[in-house]
Amino acid sequence: MSDTDVPAGEVAVEEPALIHGFPSSLSHGQLVVHVDAGHYLELVTALRDDGYAFCADLTVVDYLLAIDRPMPTGVTPERFEVVVNLLSMDEGTRVRVRAQVPESDPTVPTLFGLYPGTEAMEREAYDMFGVVFEGHPDLTRILMPDDWEGHPLRKDYAVGRIPVQFKDAPGPR
Amino acid sequence: MDLTAETDEHSQELKRRSETSPAEGAIERGAVLRGVATSDDVDVEITDDETMIINMGPQHPSTHGVLRLMLELDGETVLRCKPIIGYLHTGMEKTGEDLTYLQGPTNVTRMDYASPLNNELVFALAVEKLLELELPARAQWIRMLMAELNRISSHLLFLATNGMDLGAISMMIYGFRDRESVLAFFEKTTGLRMNHNYIRPGGVAADLPDGWRDDVLRICDDLPVHLDEYDQLLTGQPIWRERTQGIGVITQEQAIAVSATGPILRSTGLPWDLRRTIPYLFYDQLEFDVVVGTYGDTFDRYAIRLNEVRESIKLVRQILDRMPAGDYRAQDKKVTPPPRARIDESMEALIHHFKIFTEGYKVPEGEVYVAIESPRGELGCYIVSDGSARPYRLHIRAPSFVNLQVLPHLLRGGLVADAVAVISSVDPIMGEVDR
Repeated sequence: MSDTDVPAGEVAVEEPALIHGFPSSLSHGQLVVHVDAGHYLELVTALRDDGYAFCADLTVVDYLLAIDRPMPTGVTPERFEVVVNLLSMDEGTRVRVRAQVPESDPTVPTLFGLYPGTEAMEREAYDMFGVVFEGHPDLTRILMPDDWEGHPLRKDYAVGRIPVQFKDAPGPR
Repeated sequence: MDLTAETDEHSQELKRRSETSPAEGAIERGAVLRGVATSDDVDVEITDDETMIINMGPQHPSTHGVLRLMLELDGETVLRCKPIIGYLHTGMEKTGEDLTYLQGPTNVTRMDYASPLNNELVFALAVEKLLELELPARAQWIRMLMAELNRISSHLLFLATNGMDLGAISMMIYGFRDRESVLAFFEKTTGLRMNHNYIRPGGVAADLPDGWRDDVLRICDDLPVHLDEYDQLLTGQPIWRERTQGIGVITQEQAIAVSATGPILRSTGLPWDLRRTIPYLFYDQLEFDVVVGTYGDTFDRYAIRLNEVRESIKLVRQILDRMPAGDYRAQDKKVTPPPRARIDESMEALIHHFKIFTEGYKVPEGEVYVAIESPRGELGCYIVSDGSARPYRLHIRAPSFVNLQVLPHLLRGGLVADAVAVISSVDPIMGEVDR
């Protein structure tokens, strides 16, 4: 993502339409709204009141290696992005919220109060990325063991290897 | 060696009442919409001395793999429940970042191992959306055929295990027998019974084998007879009804609040099926009914899956009638390797083949979320591409993972014996939960 050109699938990057005052774009025909961590809860609340009553998915992306990715004007790219996929069951439409979360303070408010179904998703996001969801009732690791060090899906976390025995490695006996 | 210390999950575990915060306890009591404890709750007066916390799983036969539930019991009544997961976590999303888009399906197919073709389908659809690739009609119809057959085999597996969990052991044998007939067709088509790597970005791996129409027709002819037998064996049977009706009830409001999808959501009466409501492939051209329940109980979830098999057979028959001739994969030189015969005569074709299978093909920058209706609910795939040959981030929205959140709600106030029926009716596949 070192290229400053706008990628083929993304339109409306130059002149974004505002949704609840926040810049939006279309990614392959899918509506995306960009927001910073401070206004994240405000935007999602507004979208829920618009009829997006179902939270389909919540996840995080670590953009450590692609920090200079193209963004609509007015959005400062940060290392982490909390990505929330909301669904309006009456309209059959989806909207995606991409919230920029800085590395220095990876904290966003929890959506548990709006969508209780995000409970497990936020725990997974915390477990895998170390993004803290403030106000979550039980923010513990969910997939990794409790005493695990680090957050595995971060880009600076190596894939790791299980030591295997080869001829140059000393055997167990 | 202190086994307790070695297997302890610390803060992930269900704690004593006195150590649990009100908000945390509310989740464990399944108070999805009720919020924190109110004074009219049945167990508000109960203290730690009167209750017992026990483990159900991870090695319990009715927990479908390695699901571990910690239950707080008052006698035989379940008061609180907390699913503890992660025993099957192998970092498949991290692995996905290391595999090319061509290798990707081999990874995602192992997540929901009861419906691998649906996993491959959603991955392929997401990659194709990023590539803006148009598929030939036949490739898409083959995908629909395989996805529906996979739905049948997955629901048959559910019927088998659901029957076994409730003591109808013969159902287990019948269910596996019928599932095997579908898997035999998969083996003939894809080479494998499970984890097919058949649906790939750009189409499918191979055309349908000779005589496929007869094979599929035989499945479509045999199954309805067997399904009627299951109706006789289970649906109308008083013991079965006693065990399932009114057990593990969830309302529509609650199901939407906890983001439950699939048969759990439909059992509350909401006809939400992505094949109908947000159609993909050619589902909008086919006729089928979205099966819904009324009471949101274990029986409804059983009946929905049983009848969805019938609907899928209807769909498969329509697909058979409309299967067009043509190519089974897109002839896009960027994505599709050259035909085998060309490799023998053309050096460039050989290089091209080699390049695609070693380096992979590049996918334009962008991010996309695609969702399909898997047998368990909304199966989503979120891919971020940085323009290289490997996904920058691959996230699978696994329906079982999200659906597990209904368990504390469904189990509360029920008996331990009913817990077995309820877990089974949620139909979690742990490979997908833990990824």
